[in-house]
Amino acid sequence: MSLNTLTLKEAATGLSEKEFSSVELTKDCLQRIKETESTLHALVTLTESAALEEARRADELLAAGNTQPLLGIPLVIKDNFSTKGVTTTASSNVLRDYVPPFDATVVEKLKNAGMVMLGKANMDAFAHGSSTETSDFGASKNPWNTDFLPGGSSGGTAASVASDQTIAGIGSETAGSIRQPAGWCGIVGLKPTYGRVSRFGVVAMASSTDSPGPMTKTVEDSALLLNVLAGNDPRDATSSPKPVEDYTKNLRNPIKGRKIGISAKYLEDVDPEIILSFEEAKKVFEKLGATIVDIADLGISILDPKYSISVYTILQRAEVSSNLARLDGIRYGSDRESFGEEAKRRIMLGTYTLSAGYYDAYYKKALKVRTLIVEEFHKMFAQVDCFFAPTSPSPALPIGSSKNHPMFGEMADVLVEPSSIAGLPGINIPAGFSKAGLPIGLQIMGSQFEEASVLNFAHQFETATEWHLRKPTL
Amino acid sequence: MKINVQHVAGLAKLKLSKAEEERFSSQLEDTLETIEQLNEVNTDTIEITSQVTGLENVVDQDAVHPSLTQKEALSNAKNTLNGFVVVKAVIEE
Repeated sequence: MSLNTLTLKEAATGLSEKEFSSVELTKDCLQRIKETESTLHALVTLTESAALEEARRADELLAAGNTQPLLGIPLVIKDNFSTKGVTTTASSNVLRDYVPPFDATVVEKLKNAGMVMLGKANMDAFAHGSSTETSDFGASKNPWNTDFLPGGSSGGTAASVASDQTIAGIGSETAGSIRQPAGWCGIVGLKPTYGRVSRFGVVAMASSTDSPGPMTKTVEDSALLLNVLAGNDPRDATSSPKPVEDYTKNLRNPIKGRKIGISAKYLEDVDPEIILSFEEAKKVFEKLGATIVDIADLGISILDPKYSISVYTILQRAEVSSNLARLDGIRYGSDRESFGEEAKRRIMLGTYTLSAGYYDAYYKKALKVRTLIVEEFHKMFAQVDCFFAPTSPSPALPIGSSKNHPMFGEMADVLVEPSSIAGLPGINIPAGFSKAGLPIGLQIMGSQFEEASVLNFAHQFETATEWHLRKPTL
Repeated sequence: MKINVQHVAGLAKLKLSKAEEERFSSQLEDTLETIEQLNEVNTDTIEITSQVTGLENVVDQDAVHPSLTQKEALSNAKNTLNGFVVVKAVIEE
């Protein structure tokens, strides 16, 4: 067996028990990257020699008895995380030559935990999209069928993890950018609560919802990575001072007697094959002893998720226009002529909605509807332990689908936008395949800072099913 | 809703081609039409939520932290002089 197919848990165990070395593990990943990269285009930068050097150092530390949680584990990192001395482009021409003189807090934490960085993963340029098709360096492909999109914006990370180029990966989500590509590529993707993981050093998209998180082969791997990533950071004033839990501790708790909320509003306009998987998954949860309740029967009414498309579009474009205003080509990067079409379109809409006379009609209105969405979830989680729904309205779409569709991403992410706007945690779990052989993902959302509970439900589902064990043939 | 694309591009410091102006004009108007569905939601008595963490008045300690060296801070600038970034003149003589 090639070592690159291992889960993070398996790889960490194998390394600590000296079954193999980090150099062997890293070489198998690099070999897989060589075999598949010309087809998938999952990465924008490969750091092969640095990875082998880090692996050699990890082997020395392992031999000396060191036990950091990720010591010698190969990872890929989305290219919007600043990496000291390694080009960080956010898949944009504007940052094509940008070499950060510092590490993002997430990267610093991963390095302190002993990771071996294989490379930086492709994404939609500046994370603007849900397909990777807005990448200035070309789209990534879905490993299950390379005529299809991997989703996005963390599509490169998703494709890399799904194809076993790496043991696990790091993505970031503003509204869907972890969960949707995880769903389309058949892996686990956890968007933590806003503020649980530091945004310092991440190329900013929408500062009020950006949330870095793990993309992995199993739920337990996401818990292990969140243990490393989570925590307060004085360099990100929005990061929470709430103490960090051990996110693996609840995984094996039985979910018997616990309540899972569902809503018909999250099933409208959803592909029938996904509905079928959703119905099957409900049975799995019921077999595990959980109770499925329609939140309407609890007297909880929620806004149609379609309104979240509008709230998100307004907030995100506005925050994009002000965040990208810093890119002037003077201190770093190229000038504003280098922006791609999608970035320009978003900057234009954001600038317009924030301009004199329109702020109240658009931005302020969106912030008020956001309040309603936050309150709805608050009421919901007073009565149920988690909320369960499809991740996307459809399985992966064909290459080219995002072209000439200025709101493609928003439509593809309609079912993850409400929880993102409210800053809640959510996880995508593999839950089936379409007749065409494409993965189907479902999501479990939870109350603020209830990652441990969300991971518990996800792990119990995974233990009772085998969808996560299937691998694409490439 | 008609958008003055040239004016907005000026505010955003973007140079658009004629083709982009035309394309963005119709696409932005379509998007505005979609997001105006928010007017169906009554928010007369609702307060705004600009952040969801509930944190307030987060301040940094007034202490010296390690930071980038001048050389590191300038490492990505295209045009530097005597340890400074060179910018275009914004005030005329």
